Amino acid sequence: MYALVLAEDADGAAFRDAARRCIAQGLAPGAVTFSADGNAPLLPPPPETAEATPPAFAVPRAFIELLDNVACHSAPDRFDLLYALLWRIARGEPGVLDQANDPILGRALDYARAVRRDIHKMHAFLRFREQPGEDGPLFTAWFEPQHHILRRALPFFIERFATMNWLIVTPSGSAAWRNGEITFGPGAPRPPEENDAVLDGLWNTYYRTIFNPARLHVGAMLREMPKRYWRDMPETRAVPEMLRQAGARAQSMVDRPADAAPRFATRIAERRAEEITARETEASGEPTTLATLRDQAAGCTRCPLHKHATQTVFGEGPPRAALLFVGEQPGDQEDLAGHPFVGPAGKMFNKALGDAGIDRDEVYVTNAVKHFKYELRGKRRIHQKPNMSEIKTCRWWLSRELALVRPRLVVALGATAAYALAERTVPVMKERGTLMDLGAHRGIVTVHPSFLLRVTDAVVAATEYRRFVADLKTAARALEKLGDAA
Amino acid sequence: MNTQPADPLIAKLEILADAAKYDASCASSGGKRPGATKGGIGSVTGAGICHAYTPDGRCISLLKILLTNFCIYDCAYCVSRRSSNVRRARFTVEEVVTLTLDLYRRNCIEGLFLSSGIARSEDDTMADMVRVAKSLRLDHGYRGYIHLKTIPGASDDLIAEAGLYADRLSMNIELAKEETLATLAPEKSSRGIKRGMAVTRGLIDEAADEPKRKFAPAGQSTQMIVGADASSDLDIMETSATLYAAYQLKRVYYAAFTPNGHPSSILPTKPVELVREHRLYQSDWLLKHYEFELPELAGAMDDGMLDLSIDPKLAWALRNRGRFPVDINAAPREDLLRIPGLGVTAVDRLIAARRHARLRYADVARLAGAVRRARAFFTTDDHHPGPQLDAEVLRARLTPPPAQLTLF
Repeated sequence: MYALVLAEDADGAAFRDAARRCIAQGLAPGAVTFSADGNAPLLPPPPETAEATPPAFAVPRAFIELLDNVACHSAPDRFDLLYALLWRIARGEPGVLDQANDPILGRALDYARAVRRDIHKMHAFLRFREQPGEDGPLFTAWFEPQHHILRRALPFFIERFATMNWLIVTPSGSAAWRNGEITFGPGAPRPPEENDAVLDGLWNTYYRTIFNPARLHVGAMLREMPKRYWRDMPETRAVPEMLRQAGARAQSMVDRPADAAPRFATRIAERRAEEITARETEASGEPTTLATLRDQAAGCTRCPLHKHATQTVFGEGPPRAALLFVGEQPGDQEDLAGHPFVGPAGKMFNKALGDAGIDRDEVYVTNAVKHFKYELRGKRRIHQKPNMSEIKTCRWWLSRELALVRPRLVVALGATAAYALAERTVPVMKERGTLMDLGAHRGIVTVHPSFLLRVTDAVVAATEYRRFVADLKTAARALEKLGDAA
Repeated sequence: MNTQPADPLIAKLEILADAAKYDASCASSGGKRPGATKGGIGSVTGAGICHAYTPDGRCISLLKILLTNFCIYDCAYCVSRRSSNVRRARFTVEEVVTLTLDLYRRNCIEGLFLSSGIARSEDDTMADMVRVAKSLRLDHGYRGYIHLKTIPGASDDLIAEAGLYADRLSMNIELAKEETLATLAPEKSSRGIKRGMAVTRGLIDEAADEPKRKFAPAGQSTQMIVGADASSDLDIMETSATLYAAYQLKRVYYAAFTPNGHPSSILPTKPVELVREHRLYQSDWLLKHYEFELPELAGAMDDGMLDLSIDPKLAWALRNRGRFPVDINAAPREDLLRIPGLGVTAVDRLIAARRHARLRYADVARLAGAVRRARAFFTTDDHHPGPQLDAEVLRARLTPPPAQLTLF
């Protein structure tokens, strides 16, 4: 058996180099052992190879990542573990890294996890202290990691603090970043702490203040921030005092009687009360303009639909439009945007209006029901048809919209709209496209544009679209005639 | 600890960090921002880092402060409401910018979480908050994390500007039921809050369609206070599920109501059990990561309340024993996820491992870490829970003893 001695700061790359030679020589895992603890080996080194560069072989990318982490671990058997795995990969054994219940891989994964955690804690708990330097301030930190992670932890600091000059010292090595260049140096024991007004003043104050004494949970703190890190985290020095006082502070918060309101609060409260009375007076009367009607509808709670919807989606268009369209109810996108007919059905509607020669800017568009009704399915809101009672309740708004706009012709898009206008069930497919009385108005009924979206057969879809446009043209012609008669 | 600090900035920090500590969110995850190359400072790594932990077990990731705690609103649950006698202070925009950069350079924080009382008006305050974020980004080339609270009622233009500089935006829904919000927070309305979330979602969706535009890349979140009103756990989870679906929120935070030292006469004086908050987070997780639907969660509750003594997944499993035991070697992922005590990571490990060999009980134990709770709910070739799955005592056996407070 041979012993291969690596340098004390050997990283993954150094090990890869040595291991490749051993594999080229056919040394099985039991025939060679690796050490990097600086002690003289008791076993002889493997014989020199004749070739300068042994043949390369392919390994999975994930193994390199694992290897680079495990190589940083402080356990003496880390390289032997890696060599055992590498040997199997080199021999062509498939799926070596997928056998999570393999004990050697299991241990290597544990080592890698420990190293990643150590790196993460270094990124988290290292504190820089600012000192004056020759070329601007120098930020210094001393940190004691558990494993040999300094070099592997550095990219984070280099990316984040690229424009500062800094020096990180650990017991076994140091790294200095100056004007965009990194240099490595020897380690050093913990130096005396330099003053830093921000860390010692503001940071400590923040740490003490953000703590809520009513929620004491020391175990969770210790699990994530073990005490061995505390020496170099100045804020933790306040912890014993914070704990001593926590009980009394929490109790005093519970015991305190209700505050007497400060003077400015009373003043604001009076002003608010006046504003509310004024608003309520304005809102209580019968609305005489569409704008007031819209404001009143925004706060509608006449049926439960408002609870789960975002907002009332009120009608839009010229206040004296001659042609008024009524749809069913807002959908997902209308609910978010607060405007009618802006979703997929709205786009279809706009296209058909264009093809029928009707300008959307000249018509008033609204819905029979003004809130979005839906059913939750996972993370999606699925449209649900409004029921009779919801349509009847919401007619309160529709009838006032009709009274204020006073259109010459109304178009009901779909059965819900027809029901809301005519106050009776209208068989849409049978009676579509013919001029009729819809409540107090002359109008026609046709399908809802969302019906066109649901048709999957392309030929049928084209036919249905043409029928829809034809109905809209009928409406336009009927409007012209009504205009002539008026 | 109560001595008056000489430094006026420290005095302000004491007031404005104290007022911010009731906001549960401190996450700095989501989105990525590579480090600055020329001038500037900072990066967002995507995973977020907790730079310290306080004795309440919470992580400090962000500098969480209020711009000001002067407020014209009177929300009963809030320490900064106008009728509270708390000390008041106000940071200038420059003070917050300097404080953030100073702590960031010392590697104390991942970034800034800025909230505020509503001084003067919604728009005035929102504009000041936007100014802080804008100055950090544009004047200082700061590329660290920024979480801005948005104020219901602030103009859409200000929300649109906030998202240009912030990683995350959040507007608090505060309470699960709009009726109680109207009582406890008379100046706020569910309607205004939901509309703000809808506007934010619209802006996020818009930016997602254009690869070069960045708008709140870490998304939006919200917070609900638990126990200040009589909302049930079902009310709360229903509201969460609705908000997740409607506004594509990244997170809903639950904050157990705790007295803040300036009690309002219309609120309970006793703190809410923290375990209730914990159970709500677990339920939230089941909705988000374990493919549970709201009615299933509801089925695991009694009178709309979660069982405080056991976790909601176990509570659900005990009432649906007919769906167990699950075969570790054959069941689909969604069934494995239903096994109490097995998390997403453990399940994914099992799935990867079973491709290569049939798993035995010991393999499951090793891969999952622990199977004390799980073992009554799964089978392997060498393990079957047998009659214990149907045993009356199973619930008692799996109920953990009440946790003792750790003494230091």
